Amino acid sequence: MTTPSFRFDPVELPPEAKDLRREVRAFLRQEIEAGTFSPYRGKGSFSREFSRKVGAMGWIGMTWPTKYGGHERSHLERYVVTEEMLAARAPTRAHSTADRQSGPVILRYGQEEIKEKILPQIARGELCFCIGLSEPNSGSDVFAASTRATKTDGGWLVNGRKIWTSGAHQADYMIALLRTSPPTKENRRHGLTQFLVEMKTPGISTRPIINLTGSHDFNEVVFDDAFLPDSHLIGEVDMAWKQATDELAYERSGPDRWIETFPALVELVRLAGEEPSERLAEGIGREVAHLATLRRMSLSVAGMLQAGKTPSVEAAVVKDLGTNFEQALPDKVRLLAPPPGDALPDTNDDRFEEALRYSTLIAPKLTIQGGTREVLRGIIARGLGLR
Amino acid sequence: MADSTDNIIVDTATRIFQDLCEPNTVNEAEQGVWPKALWDALEESGLTLTWVPDELGGAGATLADGFAVLRASGRFAAPVPLAETLMAGWLLTQAGIAVPGGPLTIAPIHADGRIGLTADGALSGRARRVPFARSAGHITVLAHRGNETVVALVAAAGLSIRRSTSLAGEPRDDVSFDGAFPDDVRPTAIDQDLLVCFGAAVRLQQIAGALEKILEQSVQYALDRSQFGRPIAKFQAVQHNLATLAGEVAAASAAADAAAEACSHPDIAISEIAIAKVRGGEAAGTGAAIAHQVHGAMGFTYEHSLHHATRRLWAWREEFGNEAVWAARLGRMVAERGADELWPFITAES
Repeated sequence: MTTPSFRFDPVELPPEAKDLRREVRAFLRQEIEAGTFSPYRGKGSFSREFSRKVGAMGWIGMTWPTKYGGHERSHLERYVVTEEMLAARAPTRAHSTADRQSGPVILRYGQEEIKEKILPQIARGELCFCIGLSEPNSGSDVFAASTRATKTDGGWLVNGRKIWTSGAHQADYMIALLRTSPPTKENRRHGLTQFLVEMKTPGISTRPIINLTGSHDFNEVVFDDAFLPDSHLIGEVDMAWKQATDELAYERSGPDRWIETFPALVELVRLAGEEPSERLAEGIGREVAHLATLRRMSLSVAGMLQAGKTPSVEAAVVKDLGTNFEQALPDKVRLLAPPPGDALPDTNDDRFEEALRYSTLIAPKLTIQGGTREVLRGIIARGLGLR
Repeated sequence: MADSTDNIIVDTATRIFQDLCEPNTVNEAEQGVWPKALWDALEESGLTLTWVPDELGGAGATLADGFAVLRASGRFAAPVPLAETLMAGWLLTQAGIAVPGGPLTIAPIHADGRIGLTADGALSGRARRVPFARSAGHITVLAHRGNETVVALVAAAGLSIRRSTSLAGEPRDDVSFDGAFPDDVRPTAIDQDLLVCFGAAVRLQQIAGALEKILEQSVQYALDRSQFGRPIAKFQAVQHNLATLAGEVAAASAAADAAAEACSHPDIAISEIAIAKVRGGEAAGTGAAIAHQVHGAMGFTYEHSLHHATRRLWAWREEFGNEAVWAARLGRMVAERGADELWPFITAES
């Protein structure tokens, strides 16, 4: 017997992807010079204006059919745009969820009239999405969701609560996982259905939950007899569990799963100067080696997606390695940095401290969001044939 | 990790290892028994000349084929100088020297290695820890004649060889070349740094192969071994350890691919080698530790074959630069370019 070890075949970016990278860098440089955003401030924030500009460049919905406002470019080209935006800390939050996750789900399982209406707007950078998965009693155990959708004339009535919903207060739409039937004895994942939810629908209210960085990202979303038209049903009733795997393959392997604390490393390199101590050089080199290898693996998954595969286990491997790396990075950086002291010159340039603080504060969430470390390792163990 | 690939050269190698490189072969080799049947089969199949072109009597396979063969040899802990013979073939061919039959090795293997070639045509100097020197018919030496770097092919017979072993029990011998006259000498464009880079890429393939092997062994052991009334594979703690091992194996494999790719360019990208050897070396250590934890006391016995792979992992990660050496070099490269060039540096190869 031989065990499958997971393969991450090398991917060579095509020449058009290299040209594209130059274009994206030029665009970002322009935006930084124009003062749209700063590459040294936290994570790229929310800007509808910026998202519309990105849409106008043709960089949202890149892989989708032109019929729905897409651009029929490759997953590798999309990868290049995504990683350049993230590395520059561009304010992509108004479109990134829709581009990465919600759009592809609608494209694959949505009804035709919805596809025609919604996808072109996403691609233009006009629509912001959030993801309605977690509930007070359903976190890692996604398929325990209990927020109900009950059939009514011409649609569905929704009652219940979603929680930890990032960006719900800014979103135009949510893709929600709702209970339409009880689970069966044979399949406890049965009975959940995906819906498109317009956030302006009467009966939906959103309450902020401030996170430990002091920011408003999380929300609680309460549904009180909110009506969803039949056209907003996505995929098959009760069968959402079948649709979930490929969504995760898209969500779990991208550059956003290893690049979140990268600014701390960049600023450490700045602090190190041209001739770092041996210890500092070694520390930097180690982290760069991890980062570059992760990027290679993550790019390989983009190559698998391009080849029409559904690499959900490989995506879990990349996310597990990637989030552990980005979570550990701030602490490595902290201990490598020369100790601060009163001898340092007066300066307003506290980029290093800012990057390190931000990275330290967000570190705990990195191995929780989008599937906890424990869930991911369970998926990998299943892939190894252990369960 | 199927036993059959779409590569006939790799399939041939795998078949030979399956038939002739059993755990007992590896143990006997450590006791000093030369695995003649294994070596002869490799030589007869032409695998030892993988990197020698057709017109020079070799197999004329690609660099990638050779690396894939070495990954297979790593899986089986093949106790023969196949990697060293392939490297010697590569060095000799680049210099235009005909490749002799029999096991070969290379020297020196360290970054500070320095063997001289005197005006009268004799070699001078000593090389430490030369892999399989005692088993080799010839040694391919990278030597200096004044400012010029040359490849010298020298018969091993008559050289002064002081025997030593790696912690995997493989021959790593100190060789004195003083006064030895090479059979052939030619100038080469390859310098010691490039040889070390290439050696690192070779060891990374062997590391990736050995890691694949211990993942396979560990998963199988966890399924077979029962404690507390069920297979230990059913315990979440064990599952998570194995999932971590699988991640390390995948990372080492990707790193080995990157290093192999870097070697296929005329100017080996040193940064790619550095990245790969740091990551692969780290995976070797982390991976071996998990495999042992899963195997419990059984894996700590000489009788169990787990140590064939794990001891080699510990030995190979040290050779041609360990993680610390390469990380410091990589860090200096990054620092020289500056903070704002870090991202372009990481995306440079693509």
